[in-house]
Amino acid sequence: MSEEKSRDFEVVNRSVPRRDGRAKVSGRALYVSDVKLAGMAHVKVLRSPYAHARIVSMDTSAAETHRGVCNVLRGDDLEGLNPYFGHAVKDHPLIAIDKVRYAGEPVAAVIAEDELTAYEALELIRVEYQELPAVMEPGESLEKTAPLLHERQFEAGALRGFEGEVTAGRGSNLCQEHHVKWGDVDAAFARAAAVVEGEYYFPMAYAYAMEPYVAIAEVGDDGVTLYSSAQHPFMVRHDLKTIFDMPVSRIRLIVPFVGGGYGSKSYTKIEPLVSACAWKARRPVKLQLSVEEAMLTTRGDDALTWMRTAVDADGKIIARQAKIYMNTGAYAENSPLVCEKSSNRCVGPYAIPNVQIDNYSVYTNTVPASSFRGFGCAQVTMAGESQIDELAARIGKDPYEFRLDNVARPKQEFFPGMRPFDGTLTQDLRIVADNIGWKEPLPRGHGRSIGCSASDAGAYPLTSTAVRVHADGSVSLMIGSTELGQGSHTVLPQIAAEELGVSFDVVRVVSSDTAITPYDRSTGASRTTTLMGRAVQEASREAKEQMVRMAADVLGVEESEIESVRGGVTCGEARLNWSEVLTRYYKLPDGEVIGRAYIRKDGDFAQLPVFWEAASTGIEVSVDEETGKVTMEKLGTAGDVGLAINPALAEGQDIGAATTGMGIGMFEELEFDGNQLLNGNLLEYRLPRFSDMPRSVKLELVENRDGVGPYGAKGGGEASLNSLPANIANAVYNATGARVRRAPLTPEKVWRAIREARATGGENKS
Amino acid sequence: MSKPSRNLVELRFELNGKDLTVECEPQQTLSEVLRNRLNLTGTKISCEVQVCGACTVLVDGLPVSSCTYLAYEAQGHSVTTIEGLEDAGRKLHPIQQCFIDEFAFQCGFCTPGMILSAKALLDDVPDPTDDEIIHHMDGNLCRCTGYVPIVKAIRKAAAVMKEARG
Repeated sequence: MSEEKSRDFEVVNRSVPRRDGRAKVSGRALYVSDVKLAGMAHVKVLRSPYAHARIVSMDTSAAETHRGVCNVLRGDDLEGLNPYFGHAVKDHPLIAIDKVRYAGEPVAAVIAEDELTAYEALELIRVEYQELPAVMEPGESLEKTAPLLHERQFEAGALRGFEGEVTAGRGSNLCQEHHVKWGDVDAAFARAAAVVEGEYYFPMAYAYAMEPYVAIAEVGDDGVTLYSSAQHPFMVRHDLKTIFDMPVSRIRLIVPFVGGGYGSKSYTKIEPLVSACAWKARRPVKLQLSVEEAMLTTRGDDALTWMRTAVDADGKIIARQAKIYMNTGAYAENSPLVCEKSSNRCVGPYAIPNVQIDNYSVYTNTVPASSFRGFGCAQVTMAGESQIDELAARIGKDPYEFRLDNVARPKQEFFPGMRPFDGTLTQDLRIVADNIGWKEPLPRGHGRSIGCSASDAGAYPLTSTAVRVHADGSVSLMIGSTELGQGSHTVLPQIAAEELGVSFDVVRVVSSDTAITPYDRSTGASRTTTLMGRAVQEASREAKEQMVRMAADVLGVEESEIESVRGGVTCGEARLNWSEVLTRYYKLPDGEVIGRAYIRKDGDFAQLPVFWEAASTGIEVSVDEETGKVTMEKLGTAGDVGLAINPALAEGQDIGAATTGMGIGMFEELEFDGNQLLNGNLLEYRLPRFSDMPRSVKLELVENRDGVGPYGAKGGGEASLNSLPANIANAVYNATGARVRRAPLTPEKVWRAIREARATGGENKS
Repeated sequence: MSKPSRNLVELRFELNGKDLTVECEPQQTLSEVLRNRLNLTGTKISCEVQVCGACTVLVDGLPVSSCTYLAYEAQGHSVTTIEGLEDAGRKLHPIQQCFIDEFAFQCGFCTPGMILSAKALLDDVPDPTDDEIIHHMDGNLCRCTGYVPIVKAIRKAAAVMKEARG
């Protein structure tokens, strides 16, 4: 697809087949669920039936003496451990201590010879609870009379990632707040030519990585060793360091292939519990959660956003104000950062001179919320991109033209203090408009929409790597990033092969083992191609510099006389490839050279964000007005990726993200009945299927080489999700005249909105 | 503490073309026997309620969810798992190769089940329409790819298999 563009490169910017292809189609790819250790016992977890309760007493004696049971882990028997963890706020006990804060929280864990025995023993545990009043929504949770979830004040986690002070545990259920302000919104709204205002809801959603959380732990004299499905093993290592009071050199996390993450496996999940069980049992233990248990472990933050946006008489957006309440659930997890990011991402990709965003992340007695693909951005883009369409309609402008007039321009500092915009949204929007036939006539009952987003992505720039060039000319990349399916095991070797001038086939990745691979802060926020890609590029160059010096040594010449060429060096008549350089240097056909790179918040990465993740998405839907059922007929995406190291993989990220966005926009919502999760299983939680996909899908990549990653690359894989729920709401409006401001747009909601719009002869209020 | 003892039954079936006898517990599912007793971990477990299709294996050529299919039900039948798809020369089955060629997976967790479901379709309907592919595959979930590349891979595999048949 990109043959023409690939002239500049030998290996990158080409859709080479996935490196993990053969392993994954043959069933040989290893996931943690597939790992067995000698002497390994199995853990099963007893969970709280109450959303908020004091644990009065617990009798585990019958379980402990049950045949085949090794031990039972309880919250009142953790002497010797520091049981609270959290990279942002240390509010999360590894197992409930004294009280439970959501229905489904682990209260005891049985370690047994096999899984069935562990399940049997769970039935034998007796727990007496004293139920406490529960709060399920941010509004009630912030009332003065609301019961407090957390009585103690917390330390900030060492790797907290957000800028504000820790709010959690200061006498209210407020977990974190964040405020963004520039210009004078009140004055701007007072002189506006048109204003739209409304309240929007983004649902509580579950990422559903098909591999549920799983970990195997062993605690011995050498320290703690874990196999885990964690996205960020180095972040988990930091939490375990505190729990066991050990240096990080004694904590090892090994992450083989991960069966999907989408943010849900970022940061620490079951690893503290599993390693505490191994510590207690003095043998290796495995905890494999079911999907139902995974749904009781992490979800995405739901958000209620009040927003207003104003234009002047020329159709320029002059002000935006929002107040957001995010439901973080029982523990902070990554929600303080989600809170900060969603505040920043309210501005959208627009250059707005007057902005005020007030954002509150609130504890409730629900499943803890944390990262979910595009976190924060999707929540507020539901509001932001809906309002762009509403405002365009108010002033009689085409919503596509209205966006073209108002989006941030390349190099524009549209968010004060942040990196100037490094994308080209007008180009992205034009591509999508063409691909979904923006100006073409529509059949009755059909509607179209176009949208865009730009989020401050790339997370924090702290990444290192080692590139080992062996004497036979093959290469090992020591990569701390995890392979979640995004394709880092393919993209990173492409970069090394390009730099070193060797064949892609001889470059291999050694992946995500904190005892072996150099530090990489995280695999999320679309950062790996940009940050680890840049590290691999720099480390490859450093290896080459070393080999040039070696060549000078073996040829007995000055370094300046050596010319570096693709795959080796020349000096006068002499031509040596890397294998010959190393073999002559070591005087044996063996040995290696190690190139290194350390990426930190400096130089190209001094200013955050690392990049703006931008995309445009467009859809066409048909709506059955009798049933309210929405069908997506067409999808177009334009991913603003700078340069696609592997175009097929980059496009795969865009359609995958758009499909997740479609799910949240049309079907997905975790629902509570009173204090209990009502649909916490895959029979009742509706996910996108084959038959939901549009028959017309057009994916394009915009490659202006404007990112700070290798060859101008930037990350992708979230932006096409972020605008999709609003795309659906806007397209349904254009098809029916009914405005729905709460996702997902289920048939019932759409049907009711159509009825209401008809009854009122126009704009509905829901 | 000692090992729990359980009743065992003898199970005979054909697995990937070879006759096999294995002891299992009566309540064990086929996926438990495959994964835990026979160490064939290519069969993946996700929803455990017959919704996601990750655990799909073929019994006498028909797709079943091995997470809820009792191992004992396989008595005397022929079972095919993902490990049985390559030929003797380790050459991939055309469906496997087309999944690689069309980037029809990312994390790979749904892939063994997807490929086996697709095999059941193509063995029965050699030249399916897109509608037939979508209808047949609708019980297999994928969270990474947005499905479109999987439909392409199956369409391409049908063509490759047709050509091989001559």
